[in-house]
Amino acid sequence: MDSQFLINTSLYVLFLPLLGFVVTLLLGKKVKSIYLFENLVLILTFIASVFILYNKLAIFSATKIVSEVEWFSFPNTPIFGDISIKLGIMIDNITAMMLFVVALISMLVHLYSIAYMKGDERYNRYFAYLGIFTFSMNGIVLTHNILMMYIFWELVGLSSYLLIGFWFEKKSAADAGKKAFIVNRVGDLGMFAGILILFFTYQTFSFSEIFASIEAGILPFNSTFWLGITGILLFGGAIGKSAQFPLHVWLPDAMEGPTPVSALIHAATMVAAGVYLVIRIFGLLTADAMLFIAVIGMISSFIPATIALTQNDIKKVLAYSTISQLGYMIMALGVGAYQFAFFHLVTHAFFKAALFLGSGSVIHAMHHEQDIRYMGGLRKKMPLTYWTFVISSLAIAGIPLTSGFLSKDGILASSLAFANLTGHWLFPVTGFLVALLTAFYMFRLIIITFHGEPRDHHKFEHAHESPFVMVMPLVVLAALSIFIWYTPNPFNADQGWVLSKWIEKPVLHTPVETRFDFMKPDSENISHNNEHIIYSSTYSEAMHHAHYPAMFISLFVALSGILLAFVFYHWKKVNVDALTEKIKPLYNFSINKWYFDELYDKTFVNGTLMLSKALGWFDLKVIDGIVNGAAAATKSLSFFVGNFDKIVIDGLVNLTAYLSGFFGLLFRRIQTGKVQTYIVLVIFSIVILLFIFR
Amino acid sequence: MVTVGLTHFLVISTLLFSMGLYAIITRKNAVMVLMGVELILNSANINFIAFSRFGNFGYNGQLIALFVIVLAAAEAAIALAIVLNIYKNLSTVNVDEVDNLKD
Repeated sequence: MDSQFLINTSLYVLFLPLLGFVVTLLLGKKVKSIYLFENLVLILTFIASVFILYNKLAIFSATKIVSEVEWFSFPNTPIFGDISIKLGIMIDNITAMMLFVVALISMLVHLYSIAYMKGDERYNRYFAYLGIFTFSMNGIVLTHNILMMYIFWELVGLSSYLLIGFWFEKKSAADAGKKAFIVNRVGDLGMFAGILILFFTYQTFSFSEIFASIEAGILPFNSTFWLGITGILLFGGAIGKSAQFPLHVWLPDAMEGPTPVSALIHAATMVAAGVYLVIRIFGLLTADAMLFIAVIGMISSFIPATIALTQNDIKKVLAYSTISQLGYMIMALGVGAYQFAFFHLVTHAFFKAALFLGSGSVIHAMHHEQDIRYMGGLRKKMPLTYWTFVISSLAIAGIPLTSGFLSKDGILASSLAFANLTGHWLFPVTGFLVALLTAFYMFRLIIITFHGEPRDHHKFEHAHESPFVMVMPLVVLAALSIFIWYTPNPFNADQGWVLSKWIEKPVLHTPVETRFDFMKPDSENISHNNEHIIYSSTYSEAMHHAHYPAMFISLFVALSGILLAFVFYHWKKVNVDALTEKIKPLYNFSINKWYFDELYDKTFVNGTLMLSKALGWFDLKVIDGIVNGAAAATKSLSFFVGNFDKIVIDGLVNLTAYLSGFFGLLFRRIQTGKVQTYIVLVIFSIVILLFIFR
Repeated sequence: MVTVGLTHFLVISTLLFSMGLYAIITRKNAVMVLMGVELILNSANINFIAFSRFGNFGYNGQLIALFVIVLAAAEAAIALAIVLNIYKNLSTVNVDEVDNLKD
């Protein structure tokens, strides 16, 4: 087996969905059953990704497989010298796992959509869009340079836009698509600026070459400060795509798209692309940049968790919980828990996709009713949906024996260790608080939706378990939310193969003085002469100490959150409505999403409108005034010049003509044509000449 | 007793020349104009002969006068032919009406 073979297979993984997109889009109107082709293509993609995952982990576990071709080159450019832009594919273990996650969830969502979207008038086009999304997402995962990543990044944004606004007849859906696209653009601006700085400094886009240059001591503008700024700018792309504070406002609105799309794009894969980006650029992050990232992640995990408490739309609750969990991952990256961040990305992708597809199953059964206040008692009607939903909720709440427990516990433990080492105690405190809130709102959702008495009897009568193609993905994803796939010990992920073998240890390339103290190689590491270990032994020790406290606290808060949910909504020991009345301001603050939309409407949207109005006024009055003034000036000048022409120049010309005519008239008299006159003149002339020359 | 000298001849020839010129300028009939030309030629002949007689030139003047007479005959023939042609083309020999040179 040759590593080149894996590259070729990855090209299939990349381009098969594109083929599916092109074929499905072109034949969509003619061939009604072309969606089956798209599904077949996705199944093939999935098989290829499994192949890559298996071979990468089993055979090439230690190697980074890179293949690149020159796209174009500029020899002898001024300032930079020779520049060569390369396209390339890099497969490391993270790539292989991410590829598997994307391909699996994409395939499951494709199959699920066969039933969910049945009867839609643009059925085939929907599958085509899913195809181009899968293509671009695989592109992000596979690329070895940041330029290609940016290109696929935008393609992913495009497909997200197309799918959010898939039911564009609804104004809210069309608006949500636009909002997602524009808000993402703000973050992408930062990423673009970061890429420009990188290219200006290193004349290359390839991650590994950039890292090598940083290690060689070449820094943007020769300062570590600018290296940190570059990291933060690149992270701007992640803020947009992963819906982090303050650009999180687009994700809840994106729920206007079809539910399987929400599961695939806005829960499992695309929003995780931001986390994936930070994982890829982890090597160039300075301590300041990491702290910034951690703070953003912390804020983004907390705010949406408080909002999710009061939302009544089943998909909105899940959307806010997605932002919150993504905030966890980002915070984990910020505190240096690289492996746990990616681990949580994978586990979250599975259980959140299961939750979204489960909510889709409920919505399907309730005839597109999304408000949980009209649901209730669905447990008996849809047992499979219910149980998969419960397992996934346990996973997201972080209950032992689930995958979510492993990854979340790791993140909380590392934030605790981080706080222990640096004194930033707000991170673990917020983390545990969010864990409590998460457990609470997830079980509030379950209890209101599935337990109790049906509130809308008419819709309840018609509710039924979903067909096989919809339930099968639920079961698969719920099964993947169990610990056994990741580690043999349900309480310690470190003993599992995912963390200890599969996810590579991160490598920092930043200058040593810009790192956190615990990330500097200490004497022990140096004596082992292993420069790839970025964590000092103090950190390993702190992690070790943090492990059990974190586990117990997180277990405690998760269980108390679930208990609270049961007390509030199942046993109804506390009158929720009365409580709501009592804390009305807080309740309003939460249900209105902290007034972020209103704030942005007032400031940015109105500000932009005002600015455009001001610019419009400026255009109309000043620019147009200048143009019109110039026109008027030209007009009067030409009037003057015209008159000068008419009067003076023409007058001169006419005067010449008149004079000629006058003299002509005068001399015509002489020219009689009679010989005798001429003779007289000749004689006169001779006589005169005789007198002169006498 | 007045002897006839050069001056008398010159006066005669001048008178003759002036009359010829007057005829050329004032006569309307082309034939009359030609006759004026003949007068001028003859006044020139008188001059030649007078200078030949009173000057020290031998017979040169007389000989040139003879030539002039011959040439005058030839000229008269050609001029009359021209007049005839003018009459043919313009149906007139009145020089006042012949002003084609103006065009």
